[in-house]
Amino acid sequence: MKTKAFQRIYTELSAITRATCVLKAEGVTYEELAWVDGRPAQAIKVVGDLVTLQVFPGTEGISTNAEVVFSGHPPQLKVGELLSGRFLNAYGDPMDEGPEIEGEARAIGGPAVNPIQRSKPSALLATGIAGIDLNNTLVTGQKIPFFADPGQPYNNLLAEVAMRAEADKIILGGMGLSNDDYLYFKNTFTQAGVLDKIVCFINTSENPPLERLLIPEMACTAAEYFANDKQMKVLVLLTDMTLYADALAIVANKMDQIPSKDAMPGSLYSDLAKTYEKAVQFAHGGSITIMAVTTLNEGDITHAIPDNTGYITEGQLFLKQDTDIGKVIIDPFRSLSRLKQNVIGKKTREDHPQVMNTLVRLYADAKEAKTKQENGFDLNEYDERCLHFALEYSERLLAIDINISIDEMLDIGWELMQKFFEKYELNIKEALINTYWKKSEDSQLAAEEV
Amino acid sequence: MTKGTITSIVSNLVTIDVDGPVGQNEICMIMNKDVQLRAEVIRVNGNEAFAQVFESTRSVKIGCEVVFTGHMLEVELGPGILSKNYDGLQNDLEKMEGTFINTGDITEPLDKDVLYHFSPLATPGDKVRAGDWLGSVKENWVDHKIMVPFVFEGQYTVKSITETGEYKIHDKMATLVSEDGQEVAVTMTQKWPVKQAIKSYNQKIRPYDILQTGLRVIDTFNPITEGGTGYIPGPFGTGKTVLQQAIAKNAEADIIIIVACGERANEVVEIFTEFPELTDPRTGRKLQERTTIICNTSNMPVAAREASVYVGMTLAEYYRNMGLKVLMLADSTSRWAQALREMSNRLEELPGQDAFPVELPATIANFYSRAGCIELNNRQFGSVTFIGTISPAGGNFKEPVTESTSKVAQCFYALSQKRADAKRYPAIDSMASYSKYLDYQEFREHTDASIQEGWVDLIKKTKDIMRKGLEARDQINILGDDAVPISYHMDFWRSELIDFTIIQQDSFDTVDMNTPLERQKYMINKVMDICDVDMLFDDFQQVGNYFKQLINQIKQMNYSPWNSEEFNKYETALTELMNEKTAIAPSMT
Ligand SMILES: Nc1ncnc2c1ncn2[C@@H]1O[C@H](COP(=O)(O)OP(=O)(O)OP(=O)(O)O)[C@@H](O)[C@H]1O
Ligand SMILES: [Mg+2]
Repeated sequence: MKTKAFQRIYTELSAITRATCVLKAEGVTYEELAWVDGRPAQAIKVVGDLVTLQVFPGTEGISTNAEVVFSGHPPQLKVGELLSGRFLNAYGDPMDEGPEIEGEARAIGGPAVNPIQRSKPSALLATGIAGIDLNNTLVTGQKIPFFADPGQPYNNLLAEVAMRAEADKIILGGMGLSNDDYLYFKNTFTQAGVLDKIVCFINTSENPPLERLLIPEMACTAAEYFANDKQMKVLVLLTDMTLYADALAIVANKMDQIPSKDAMPGSLYSDLAKTYEKAVQFAHGGSITIMAVTTLNEGDITHAIPDNTGYITEGQLFLKQDTDIGKVIIDPFRSLSRLKQNVIGKKTREDHPQVMNTLVRLYADAKEAKTKQENGFDLNEYDERCLHFALEYSERLLAIDINISIDEMLDIGWELMQKFFEKYELNIKEALINTYWKKSEDSQLAAEEV
Repeated sequence: MTKGTITSIVSNLVTIDVDGPVGQNEICMIMNKDVQLRAEVIRVNGNEAFAQVFESTRSVKIGCEVVFTGHMLEVELGPGILSKNYDGLQNDLEKMEGTFINTGDITEPLDKDVLYHFSPLATPGDKVRAGDWLGSVKENWVDHKIMVPFVFEGQYTVKSITETGEYKIHDKMATLVSEDGQEVAVTMTQKWPVKQAIKSYNQKIRPYDILQTGLRVIDTFNPITEGGTGYIPGPFGTGKTVLQQAIAKNAEADIIIIVACGERANEVVEIFTEFPELTDPRTGRKLQERTTIICNTSNMPVAAREASVYVGMTLAEYYRNMGLKVLMLADSTSRWAQALREMSNRLEELPGQDAFPVELPATIANFYSRAGCIELNNRQFGSVTFIGTISPAGGNFKEPVTESTSKVAQCFYALSQKRADAKRYPAIDSMASYSKYLDYQEFREHTDASIQEGWVDLIKKTKDIMRKGLEARDQINILGDDAVPISYHMDFWRSELIDFTIIQQDSFDTVDMNTPLERQKYMINKVMDICDVDMLFDDFQQVGNYFKQLINQIKQMNYSPWNSEEFNKYETALTELMNEKTAIAPSMT
């Protein structure tokens, strides 16, 4: 992002906060990139000739006579094929041993795609994990976060899913990533031999928090280049968006904005939407799929960050520790993929929608039975069956450690329904029962004969 | 014209030093190099005007020239609005070039070169007022009325009117003479400031007739009327958008205006792709032909979110004045309120509850009151029915937008997280929800005559059974299955029967997605007949097992085309199942 300093230079700051500084300057454009003592900064408020700059690396040690240089343009990324395989920092500058990035400079955070120019996302994106493929089927062009507690292996899961998903390019935006997780991603990509497919924009927990504000826009600008200019299927991984939102709150606070819920800025919804809405399916086949991570505070999804995220994204995948089976599962209640109906039963087997819904409904019955049990009541025969069903369902379909095809998932679903329930308890269309129930009856008979 | 220069920029709020008079809500244009950015004045202080910019302010500079237009935000009304996809400021999205929406893209809302077939309705010498019909053109299948512009005050005499034929929208259709002898020309188009209600009609009347949506939980349980208002609050992912889209597909309205306000672009794309394919169940034409979409998604400029709902409402009022039944849907009104909040905060106004502006309740009330059923000057009727969704923070209904709306909307459709979790769709909590129209005498009389005698009482009885069932469930949960009388289980399972067969409806099943009122009537009577039967069971497990079988049969009926062979087959099976029980029951009575 370092451009030649050919422009206006100032040396008199009139105010400094921990995140911003103010100076007198003329001809500044809104959102213009500047450098304060060599540190990248951006104009976020202009009142008369007073300009407020948000200084990305923080203002520690900046003095009132620091040199301020304006670039004449908003923050940019140089896009081109040369991005492939590179590890870059929040400014798009190399953090690996490779050469400087060459290419066409594009302003990050560019305009929205005209909705008319979008296509309906309807290409299945399979992951082998039933908690996703069966219950919350994904498509290319979708945006969806994992909601996870800080202790859960969300980054491993993200990397795993990225490796299994069919994508032409994978763009990782790491925000406040622990150094270990950064190296984990790097090793995973290297070992899988997919380095030529990836581009990484990394801000680790050792880097200044405000730099995180640039990561999603950098990642999405690169993604737009590959998806639109090169018509590729791009998968963008953003982790951890909660740390991104925290950085937004810091700036809002230093700007004396009135905080809304949970000390977050009132514009949090629009700020997050700007990033997530970059997910798109183009008619020419290129697409941007965004998988993000939003870490939760004690599982609280009513907190402003996950809450606003849920209102923006096309569903969420909720990670939960299932103590009954001792594994992490994708919670079928709180998880959702809103675009699943574009593919299930259409691109997957016809029984997919009803089987999926019925299994979840039965799992809900099991949950009620469990509450009953915990409250010390006798369980009836149906409750017992539900509980047994739930254990097996969780182990064989909800746990994140599986890797099977959707047809196999459906077959297991039928097997479980048949094992624990009667046909009339399912409320599944009779035509489907006639086709699939018998089938698994046969297989069970076959199994018994052996 | 007043001019000015920009003196400060914070996000999408600019202040302008002006050289002449400016009006509150006046539109001005910021001349930034070769593009013009539209902005609206939202506060004036001496010669300083504060304006919210409807575009990204990136690269705007202090000192940029601003030109004031002398009018508020207006829409252009005329034939060609139907089937259009507009942004929040009525720019035609189809006419924009390129993949991305660039700052300052402005396109014509109507098609100025298209020929419309005009037939006069007025004759020279007629006395007319604003909103009166002068003629009619064919727009898709709709008789689009060419009206005396709504801004005209007082009475006019028709001097001349154009003959039947093909004309363009800007051609002169009539010449009118005002009371003081001034001649004015009328074309097919007119302009109207969106924040003001169109009031060119005789009177507003109390709504009385049901507006069919094809959704059982609405039409049967908590009906909305033609000219009625409703709101759908719910945590994220509980089904607000699916519900609204289902309504948009199946509702018995002439015109549908959909405002996608600060929500996802992909949801609008779904409408773009589906509506040209789907058929309007009433006319057999494509759904798109009766629909206009106003699309200001969450990544489009925030200030235009507010504009988008007003633009939608004005288009709805316009078609209403043609004597049509218009249904307007807005998803989500919370995003509009948030846009107001962002602006209010930037203006550093003293915040109200949850940092929303203090006038939020009044703003919402004003907006909802634009819906209604009206009698036109020519004694014909037209209506705007409005249903808005609300996205309450943290899913908690105790927040300003939900609370303000509850005071003005007559129907309340509460979506419940618990029902959504259990995939009991639509996840409307039928007990918390209500329709105040059930208590309207006019509604009662109308349904007595048009549906069946005692309809409202039947619905109330259904609700009683639901309530009793939920109470029974609580008792069962507290005391245990065995510790309560079997009748508690019966009560509970009757409510489950109603829940599974009437309330729950599969919006993605081609048959179940739309249940016409006639079929709803049949089914609710059927289910209520079952609930009326006193049945005998030996133990509580039998109750559940038996009712599950009943539910299963009725569900299969719901999935089958009305009165089809399949439908009859399942109905017969249901009757047999019933007979098993009633064969025992008589000994009881
Ligand atoms: N009636 C229904 N039948 C089947 N599935 C449904 C129904 N309603 C909702 N769903 C499921 O729930 C998902 C979320 O619904 P929807 O998008 O309408 O939620 P929402 O309330 O609008 O959420 P948000 O506030 O985030 O926009 C749908 O994509 C669908 O999978
Ligand atoms: Mg929605």
